[in-house]
Amino acid sequence: MNSFKKNLLKKRYNAERRFQWYGKIAIGLALSFLAVFMFQIFSKGYSAFQKTWIVTEVHYDKELLLIDAESPSKDDLENADYYDVAYKAMTSLDPGLPEEEDRQLIQMVSYKYEAEVKDLLLKNPDYLGKIVPIKLTASDDVDQVHKGNYPRDIPEENRRVNDYQLQIYDMLNERGDILSEFNISFFTSPDSREAELAGIASSFMGTVFSILVCLAFSFPVAVLAAIYLEEFAPKNKFTDFIEVNINNLAAVPSIVFGLLGLGVLLAVFNLPRSTPLVGGITLSLMTLPTIIIAARASLKAVPPSIREAALAMGASNMQTTMHHTVPLSMPGTLSGTIIGLAQALGETAPLILIGMVAFVNTIPGTPVDPAASLPVQIYIWSESAERGFVEKVSACIMVLLAFLILMNLAAQIVRHKFEKKWS
Amino acid sequence: MNLILVTFIILLAFTSYYFGRKKALVIQSSQRLTALPKFYGYYLAAWCAAPALIIFALWSVFEPSIVKTFILQDYTDQNLTKNELQLIYTKVKALAAGTYTGNITNFLDESANKYIQLKGIANSAKVAIILAILIFSLSFAYRSVQKNDRMREPVEIFLKWVLFVASLGAVLVTIGIVFSLLFEAIRFFQAVKIFDFIFGTHWYPAKTFVRDGQPDPELMKDAFGAVPLFAGTFFIAFIAMCVAIPIGLLSGIYLSEYAGRDVRKYAKPIIEILAGIPTVVYGFFAALTVGPFVKEIGNAMGLEVSAESALAAGAVMGVMIIPFISSLSDDVMTAVPQNLRDGSYAMGATKSETVKKVIFPAALPGIVGSILLAVSRAVGETMIVVMASGLAANLTMNPLESTSTITAQIVVILIGDQQFGDPKTQSAFALGISLFIVTLFLNVIALSVVKKYREKYE
Repeated sequence: MNSFKKNLLKKRYNAERRFQWYGKIAIGLALSFLAVFMFQIFSKGYSAFQKTWIVTEVHYDKELLLIDAESPSKDDLENADYYDVAYKAMTSLDPGLPEEEDRQLIQMVSYKYEAEVKDLLLKNPDYLGKIVPIKLTASDDVDQVHKGNYPRDIPEENRRVNDYQLQIYDMLNERGDILSEFNISFFTSPDSREAELAGIASSFMGTVFSILVCLAFSFPVAVLAAIYLEEFAPKNKFTDFIEVNINNLAAVPSIVFGLLGLGVLLAVFNLPRSTPLVGGITLSLMTLPTIIIAARASLKAVPPSIREAALAMGASNMQTTMHHTVPLSMPGTLSGTIIGLAQALGETAPLILIGMVAFVNTIPGTPVDPAASLPVQIYIWSESAERGFVEKVSACIMVLLAFLILMNLAAQIVRHKFEKKWS
Repeated sequence: MNLILVTFIILLAFTSYYFGRKKALVIQSSQRLTALPKFYGYYLAAWCAAPALIIFALWSVFEPSIVKTFILQDYTDQNLTKNELQLIYTKVKALAAGTYTGNITNFLDESANKYIQLKGIANSAKVAIILAILIFSLSFAYRSVQKNDRMREPVEIFLKWVLFVASLGAVLVTIGIVFSLLFEAIRFFQAVKIFDFIFGTHWYPAKTFVRDGQPDPELMKDAFGAVPLFAGTFFIAFIAMCVAIPIGLLSGIYLSEYAGRDVRKYAKPIIEILAGIPTVVYGFFAALTVGPFVKEIGNAMGLEVSAESALAAGAVMGVMIIPFISSLSDDVMTAVPQNLRDGSYAMGATKSETVKKVIFPAALPGIVGSILLAVSRAVGETMIVVMASGLAANLTMNPLESTSTITAQIVVILIGDQQFGDPKTQSAFALGISLFIVTLFLNVIALSVVKKYREKYE
């Protein structure tokens, strides 16, 4: 072998190795995107599952509460004036503070601290007249400082927590009066303009309702349509047209379905705006083709011998289909349905168009109450400027992703556990 | 009222099912049945529910417009435009419902009374007609049960019709999309010339907002030029494809030709997770992490970078699209027959030469199809652009500036309360229909390319 040939061979082998490396790098890049992405979300979001409390002492002084009765009833406690009691509880943290500066202390807890003082007494009526410790929700700025998400070394005028508040915070922290506990209220309270109070309960219920409505509308229609197209449809121009239609519908951008929901469901049928009912129907139009395609694929996968055996036993076409083919195809259909619903779960744009982006601070009880949904909640919060919302968004994303993972797992389980293997 | 009626019909259908089955058992004692007893039940139930529900649906669809014509008959001599008539009708309805707060004229009051009266008549007529139909169809069905007619065939034909109607659902959705978009878009093009829309270079719909009264037609002419949006859409899609095509294609090649079975088994689903993450999550990621990151790098290099750059949005969108390309191209390359590979190896080609010179050209149509599908996906993507790229429609080819897309503008226009009849709202539908046409076009080409390719090797 002469040296020219040797060089050529070497070159070709080098090219081969390079090409393999390109492939490895591409896959590595794709996987590292996912890793970076997950890391970002988790590192930003995990702290939202902790809630910061400020512990102080409250004196339920009858005089300040303006309660006259000897043994006050529940109503008396309900109607008492808690402003002074709550105010005193906060200002007692630094008795030396001049009165005109007191806002600095009050701003360290959430604006609902008065209600929290009231709730504690309503729960424990025997605290009346006593001095008891109380946990108050820290404001989101203090919360962020406590979690270390807020830099302390920037100049005071650019900081939302001033030096005095930091000093009080450090004092309390040393005394162990700053508590960090699991944030239950993130899951049980509705949206709020204040980051420390905002929760996902309303959007979570909105999501659940819209997915249920979506399932109720899309599943029956899609399965019946798939049965017709796969088992009964004659081969002609019209059924071809329906087929092409379904394939194209599956690729229409989701926002167009939002326009459809807006132009038809809201403008023509006058269904209530901003509700999971409309959202669910809009999403169901979107999932319809996905489920039809999945159901047809799994009907096709049922071997013809099953049909032939049933027909040979004297069953009619309809009986063969309904008693044998359809039940056997159900695992595939169901897992396709779950995947379609998981897609619908993450949709945001169509829901924004039908008005599910409105600020809702109540938890919806029915599908016709106004609500947001989890992805829309992510959008709403990420548009807020407050720092506390960043971790809320990440936490909300974690909940949404957990939901999606669960649904995909369910789809896998349904498929692998119940599907019959032919052959 | 309607709910009670429907529940009543459905309950009646259930009872008639049991009744029919029982009747079949009675018949069984004297003569041979023509079908299983449950078919007698199905037969009665179908005859009970189907005609009544169909009439009910038709009635509910047509009743409002009939009532409306009756009410507006009184106003025909006043020479009112369509919009004014609509306004009057809304007022009358609100008055009848007791939610009207404007000043009430005698004329309106009369109409409202008439409306309530008409509604009452319509309601009782509806109940009467549906009851009559129920009685008629049930007695007809019961007679044929008594005569012991053939029961299975009619039930099966009925079921087949139900299946057929369900399959029309998908067609109905398409028709709904086309008509709802067209309806508003045509009204938009009555106000704005289609030429100005397609070739105008300034998109600034907020300019046309005038409180009470018609906007200035001169302003309208210059406010709805969609060229910046079309350009922005394809520009961001182009950036996305610059990220997605190399990475997606190379991963696809590696997965189909080089990777061992284990790597393939785990790497492919993990990459596909990227496609399953909701786009709003990508949007958040792009706005909060990638955008500032791009800006920092740009500033370090001495470039002026907007915090909401097209580059950030496009790059993140590209990451989202990787699995579409990698999975589809993996599939089409795996489908290339083994004997093509064997032939190439036999000639002494290395693996990469085989991939580049034999497999890739053979799989090219399928790969082009997958790329076209990915482009259509990128064009229709909304949330990433809304959150990460700007909302001002700049006509620019600089990836470091902010641009806007068709989808983002639709969201911007329609977020919050909309007023139908306003050219700004209608313009969203005009954008929607152009988006629909573009994606439809891309999909049809992609699907036909993929289909042709499949036929070649099957």
